[in-house]
Amino acid sequence: MHSSWWLTFLILVPFAGALAVALVRKVEGRAYIVAIATSAVEFVLSLVVACLYNDHIAKAQTFDFATRHVLAAPFGLAYDVSIDGISLLMVVLTALTVLLALFGARDRRQEPAFVAWMLLLTCFTMGSFLSHDLLEFFVFFELTLVPCYFIIFQWGGRERAKAALKFFIYTFTGSAFLFVGILYLGFMHQHQNPSSVLTFSYSALSGTAMSQGTAVWLFIAFAIAFAVKAPIWPLHTWSPITYAEAPTAGSIELSALLAKLGTYGLLRFAVGLFPLALVSMRPVFLTLAVIGILYGSMLACTTPDLKRFIAYSSLAQMGFITLGVMSGSTIATVGAVLLMFNHGVITIGFFLIIGFIEKRRGSILIKDFQGLQGPAPIMAALFTVVMLASIGLPGLSGFVSEYLILIGTFATHTWWAVVATTGVLASALYLLWAYQRVFHGRAEGANAEIADATTSEKWVLVPVVVLIIVLGVFPKPVLDRITPSVQQLITHVAPAGLNK
Amino acid sequence: MKLVIPSIHYLAILPVLIFFGATLALVLASALARGKVPLVVATSTVIAAAAASIAVNFWQWRCVAKAGASVTIAHAIVLDDFSVVASGVIALSVIMTALVAHDWAIRERVSGVEFHILALASSAGALLMTQANDLIVIFLGLEILSIGLYVLAAFDRHRTTSLEAALKYFLLGGFASAIFIYGAALVYGATGSTNLTTISYFLGSNVLLHPGLLYAGGALLLVGFAFKIAAVPFHLWSPDVYEGAPTPVTGLMASIVKVGAFAALIRVLISALGTQLDTWRPILWILIVLTTVVGASLAVVQRNVKRMLAYSSINHAGFILLGVWAGTIRGTAATLFYVITYAPIVVATFAIVTLIGGVGDEHHSIERYQGLARRQPWLGGAMAVLLLSQLGVPLTTGFYAKFAVLASVIDAGAGALALIALISAAIAAFFYLRWAMALYSDDGLEDARIVVPRPTAVVIGFGVVVTLVFGIWPGPLVTLAQHATVLFTP
Repeated sequence: MHSSWWLTFLILVPFAGALAVALVRKVEGRAYIVAIATSAVEFVLSLVVACLYNDHIAKAQTFDFATRHVLAAPFGLAYDVSIDGISLLMVVLTALTVLLALFGARDRRQEPAFVAWMLLLTCFTMGSFLSHDLLEFFVFFELTLVPCYFIIFQWGGRERAKAALKFFIYTFTGSAFLFVGILYLGFMHQHQNPSSVLTFSYSALSGTAMSQGTAVWLFIAFAIAFAVKAPIWPLHTWSPITYAEAPTAGSIELSALLAKLGTYGLLRFAVGLFPLALVSMRPVFLTLAVIGILYGSMLACTTPDLKRFIAYSSLAQMGFITLGVMSGSTIATVGAVLLMFNHGVITIGFFLIIGFIEKRRGSILIKDFQGLQGPAPIMAALFTVVMLASIGLPGLSGFVSEYLILIGTFATHTWWAVVATTGVLASALYLLWAYQRVFHGRAEGANAEIADATTSEKWVLVPVVVLIIVLGVFPKPVLDRITPSVQQLITHVAPAGLNK
Repeated sequence: MKLVIPSIHYLAILPVLIFFGATLALVLASALARGKVPLVVATSTVIAAAAASIAVNFWQWRCVAKAGASVTIAHAIVLDDFSVVASGVIALSVIMTALVAHDWAIRERVSGVEFHILALASSAGALLMTQANDLIVIFLGLEILSIGLYVLAAFDRHRTTSLEAALKYFLLGGFASAIFIYGAALVYGATGSTNLTTISYFLGSNVLLHPGLLYAGGALLLVGFAFKIAAVPFHLWSPDVYEGAPTPVTGLMASIVKVGAFAALIRVLISALGTQLDTWRPILWILIVLTTVVGASLAVVQRNVKRMLAYSSINHAGFILLGVWAGTIRGTAATLFYVITYAPIVVATFAIVTLIGGVGDEHHSIERYQGLARRQPWLGGAMAVLLLSQLGVPLTTGFYAKFAVLASVIDAGAGALALIALISAAIAAFFYLRWAMALYSDDGLEDARIVVPRPTAVVIGFGVVVTLVFGIWPGPLVTLAQHATVLFTP
């Protein structure tokens, strides 16, 4: 066991950073430097944790760095953190996202409030991924709404008020179901063990005995909250407007990171805690996933602006992740976890580039652009790499994860996998078409004057491209960390749930 | 025939006596003093009385810890930890309101001490309600509480809305009282007593062959309470009264009436009619669903923040009722916890509304809040925190309050009820957030800088600190609420 202090630091560092930002807010530009430094420290910390975790998995324990302190006994509120391979990847993604998002938001460096909210958001997201206690998870999960809300509302586009409100209300309503589900589960556990105090510890609750009917209801309650967050069709309707109206850094946080809270929660809590529900719920959610893939691809073709475009393509990608998570196959689940990370990196790339274009042109409407690759070849090249990774070109990161998901699902749920595969083709269609419309052709007027990527913009995108290529060619170190944890989860779930 | 004076345990009624004593002192002072009694004197008297009452609460707490709960004055008054904590909350709200009202009175050039006299008298009624162990005493408390508030609502006599509010409050409140006393009479007819302990004992040891009278009486009592806490469909007075009454009065109304009425409601439903749990639960179920959902939904369409807060407080009343519905120790503790945390927040919120209202207490449209947090980050930030707390965001007491009542309801086996209530909270999020949005929006009134007098600043600061500190570290308050209920529920 490693010291849990590492994880506590992961939560505390961004919080301390936010406080520091508040203290130095009066000095011009200082806040931005503090924020960058904080997120750099956070990223290094997450890498240290990732390295430490490595020599641990040989001992075949899944959860590491664990600690538990009860805070308010009558409420069953506890501080309980630990990680396994799945959350580890999310932790690294969280740290990476905030670092890149802050780098990408250099034009907001005069606004201490903005960077403070970003750091707080990191703190809360980190807390959610590290939580090993359902109530603690819920608290962090809800808290992420507050910074997001303020980021969207204060720095968003023209319809930001509507977007922020829609985002908050949707997620808050979804959480209502989760909250009732968590409380219900906690009390069910307490009633089964009359001597025990109220607890929401993941390890304690995962042993709760329940009938199949109860399991299904609880699964649905949990899944609604996570489906809103992810988003999974048909609960996605908040996401296009929110992604489009949020400032670039906000869109990055939302789609690269917070969406993963949904799929992560679905895997860890909904699937992990209610194996009995899977028999009946699996086909339902696989179908929703497939619909999401097709629907997202279809709308991505027709949408007029670039951010909505990414929102719909994300919906399709979330469909793939859901497919893997619900498939019940280890391979597909590993692929899904990997895709959570890869999709995060790819979306960071997309939104950064779109942000750069938006800054130059003040528009994100596809019809306003033409032939950008003439005046801005480097930007076009970077976009191409990210786009090809998203399509799933072999040798780039997207391929590995989609491939794993599809072969895994094919083994357990053939027909869903078959239909989902058309989604891969569709992604090539809508992405290439969008690329054509924006970058090909003759640049005229404002499009011809557009400046290519500056040095700092190139450097922000370097880590994205490197990760896309490295994880496409050599994903083994990551897979080695995910697989045992997923294996454990699937074994816990499988006997009751797998209907093959 | 010899008249027997029942024995009186003076410590038990000392807080009420202090409040009445202070009231009388102020009345006498204003009658005897040459010229007018200065405002500072009146405010200090109120604060001193409330502080003394809180000190007595500590003493009572130790006494209860040593000797257990006790009844006095012919079993009509009870002294237990529940009443002690509830009284403490009321006294605290009175102190906060007095500070806000002080600045308000200076701004509005209200001279004279009538405001303070009435506030003290009303609060004494609320204190009495927390300790009442007899339907008649509850009625007394209710009337003392209400009559003061009727007049307070009309205090701003230059504004017709204030008069209208008072008249409406008076008429409907009068109805409610009449209904309540009728219910008490019917319960007396069914059980032979108005004493809660005796009723409970009677119902526990006898089977009523014809319970109709009891049911009718209980239902009427419930209606009386529902009026006071503004539960839907008995809420119609509340938005108008909240809007029309002077803002500090609204704050007082929202805090002490809730504490007093819920304390008494719990005693009636759980102490006296605990055996009839299965009868009143379904009624309460419907009442809660209506109250939470209608309260939240109607708040969404309001443009006047005081009306909005009225509907918000209706929604909160629904949540507090959840704890009563549970009918368990956990539920009672949750109810108490909810009112403990809600009272300071709501008074502080109305303190800010008082400030923004400006001279004449008239500017209560949500537009007045536009850009407040940009012009005055501390004031606007405090408002945002208070709103988020009412919304129930984690790390504020509002979250734990909702958590506590929902936990008690789910523990008692009503997941659906909890879900409906929570969804109403999501609806409520809409208007809390719209308000918070106004605070942070750009297009504000540039010149309108609000001056925050120190006493009001203290109140606002106190509310914010309480909600944040106990939001991060709810342990002590939870323990307090739980302790307070251990000696209470049968």
